[in-house]
Amino acid sequence: MSNEHTDQGRRGFLGTAAATVAGLTAAPGLSWVTLAQARPADQPASDKVRWGLLIDTSKCGTDCQACVTACNQENGLVGHNRPQTDAQWLRKVELRNKATGRQVSLPMGCQHCEKPPCVDVCPTGASFKRVDGIVLVDRHICIGCRYCMMACPYKARSFVHEETHDQKSSTPRGMGTVEGCNLCVSRIDAGKLPACVEACHKEGHKAITFGDLKDPASEIAQRLAKEPSSGLREELRLNTGVRFQGV
Amino acid sequence: MKTVSFREMKGIGAAYWAVQAVLLLVILVGLGAAHYMETEGHWVTGMSNQIVWGLPHVFAVFLIVTASGELNLASVASVFGKAPYKPLSRLSALVAIAHLVGGLMILVLDLGRPDRLVIAMTHYNFKSIFAWNILLYNGFIGLAVVYLWTMMERRMNPYTKQAGLAIFVWRVLLTTGTGSIFGFLVARDAYNAAIMAPMFIVLSFSYGLAIYLMTVMTLSYWCERPIGEAILARLRNLLGTFVAGGFYFFLAYHLTNLYITQRHGVEAFLLNGESIYSKVFWVGQILVGTALPLALLYAPALRRNRVAMYAACALIVVGGLSQMYVTIIGGQAYPLSIFPGYDVLNSSFGDGQVGQYVPTIYEALLGIAGFAFASFLVFVVARLLPILPESLTDADIDPRLLVDPYHKADA
Repeated sequence: MSNEHTDQGRRGFLGTAAATVAGLTAAPGLSWVTLAQARPADQPASDKVRWGLLIDTSKCGTDCQACVTACNQENGLVGHNRPQTDAQWLRKVELRNKATGRQVSLPMGCQHCEKPPCVDVCPTGASFKRVDGIVLVDRHICIGCRYCMMACPYKARSFVHEETHDQKSSTPRGMGTVEGCNLCVSRIDAGKLPACVEACHKEGHKAITFGDLKDPASEIAQRLAKEPSSGLREELRLNTGVRFQGV
Repeated sequence: MKTVSFREMKGIGAAYWAVQAVLLLVILVGLGAAHYMETEGHWVTGMSNQIVWGLPHVFAVFLIVTASGELNLASVASVFGKAPYKPLSRLSALVAIAHLVGGLMILVLDLGRPDRLVIAMTHYNFKSIFAWNILLYNGFIGLAVVYLWTMMERRMNPYTKQAGLAIFVWRVLLTTGTGSIFGFLVARDAYNAAIMAPMFIVLSFSYGLAIYLMTVMTLSYWCERPIGEAILARLRNLLGTFVAGGFYFFLAYHLTNLYITQRHGVEAFLLNGESIYSKVFWVGQILVGTALPLALLYAPALRRNRVAMYAACALIVVGGLSQMYVTIIGGQAYPLSIFPGYDVLNSSFGDGQVGQYVPTIYEALLGIAGFAFASFLVFVVARLLPILPESLTDADIDPRLLVDPYHKADA
């Protein structure tokens, strides 16, 4: 009787595992829904994890702004129709290869460097990297010196030039401080995907893959292990958490 | 050497109060401009997410660099034992403190959150050059005050040399820190160069001496305390040497970049005469700030012409502000090379494009207020304390100057 139970349990487990593997293999597009896991609120972030993005520029739609729109909505980034001073955490960039003429489109924001220059130069420590690799700004101790903006090789940060209204509770903002992509840290902690990743998938492009770079079983790690990719300005050896295919 | 007596800046009547009133007004207008920028947000300035440091930084960094250079005269007297400069030492330390405070005033009021100054003093990231600089600024002011004290308090006189040596070393560190703010920035082609630190040190020599000489000559005229020809001749030569030294560093910086293919783009941007920054470089930094002052300082016909010397100093200041404009704003305006090998066809954030910057009146008013505050402070302290020597004639400073202006037998 007990053997039968055990067999049934084993059979059930194997069945579930097989279905999961089949799902991952047959429909990799679905995997983004299931990979993120919520972190209990009473536990700190872990350095066993390093969150990252893989951006396949061949899938990125030239005229698509879904990721940018989602980012702005998620973080309450309301523009004042002043492109020079409005905050842009994520932007779309269209490029043309000088030698071949091939054109590519990609979303551009914080690259979540392993060794971020913005963190090095920040006088108060407001710019910091969480142990799971997410580069953040502590708005409570940012004095608005903008040295991080001078230091970032990716032009990833914005200075809040105007008073902010209708802020999102998950993304407090303040005039006179610096901000940038936080990889939707509160969504990640809640087990959700960053807003840009979700929007890209909903749009059907599936150009952005999110996951744990340190987990060999994660889709992002497996793809990075098999497919060619590169970081931007790799000669700086910052080991970015965002990697690209096709540039 | 004769004993030099010092006296407070008195006996100039209503002119003193009139000048102070004007300076106070300029300071108040600058503070008003800063208040406006802080309450409205930086969008009312010319600064943006592309040019994050604007005209206030040009003024502030210039004043900070100048401050350390102004201390040189005191160092030459105390550390290197050149007695003829001793009567100029007190004023040297005072203007150094004043210009540093003036520069810091601009820097702090241009922060996004100047109300968080306490955080900058209590939270330190020791890998940040900025954090080092905060310590270096505070230490400089503290050491300069101690140095002044050793010079002015008879009981402390035996310690003047040690205090002078300490602040001399400190000022070298401070300007190293200021230059390294730019030198350590790997992201931008115009920076990321170790030469920025020694270049800033040499530039501080010429900018500091130029402003200091303008201060001395103005006060000498105003307070009717004549300066001797020999001491001015020595300082004229020193200033010319510093300007030439600065030019050498400009050459070294640009020639190095011109050799490195990766940096041809930024060099063309800074030197080709098309961008506003290259115009400011050639006209402001090289012609006005270097060539003309050298001509005015060394032309045989102008050797004893004090107006020419004063004009040379003023031109060096204009050249210094031009250099800071090119270094700070030009260095940011040149686009970041994020996608090497690609042309940027479209970006909402100005990728691949030259950053646009037009300074606003508010930024200029804040910058000018920093200069005004420094002058105001010098005049207040010089009126309260015996900072200025009663006479700067060669006979009163050191009679040997009358025989041989460059005599080596210093006490």
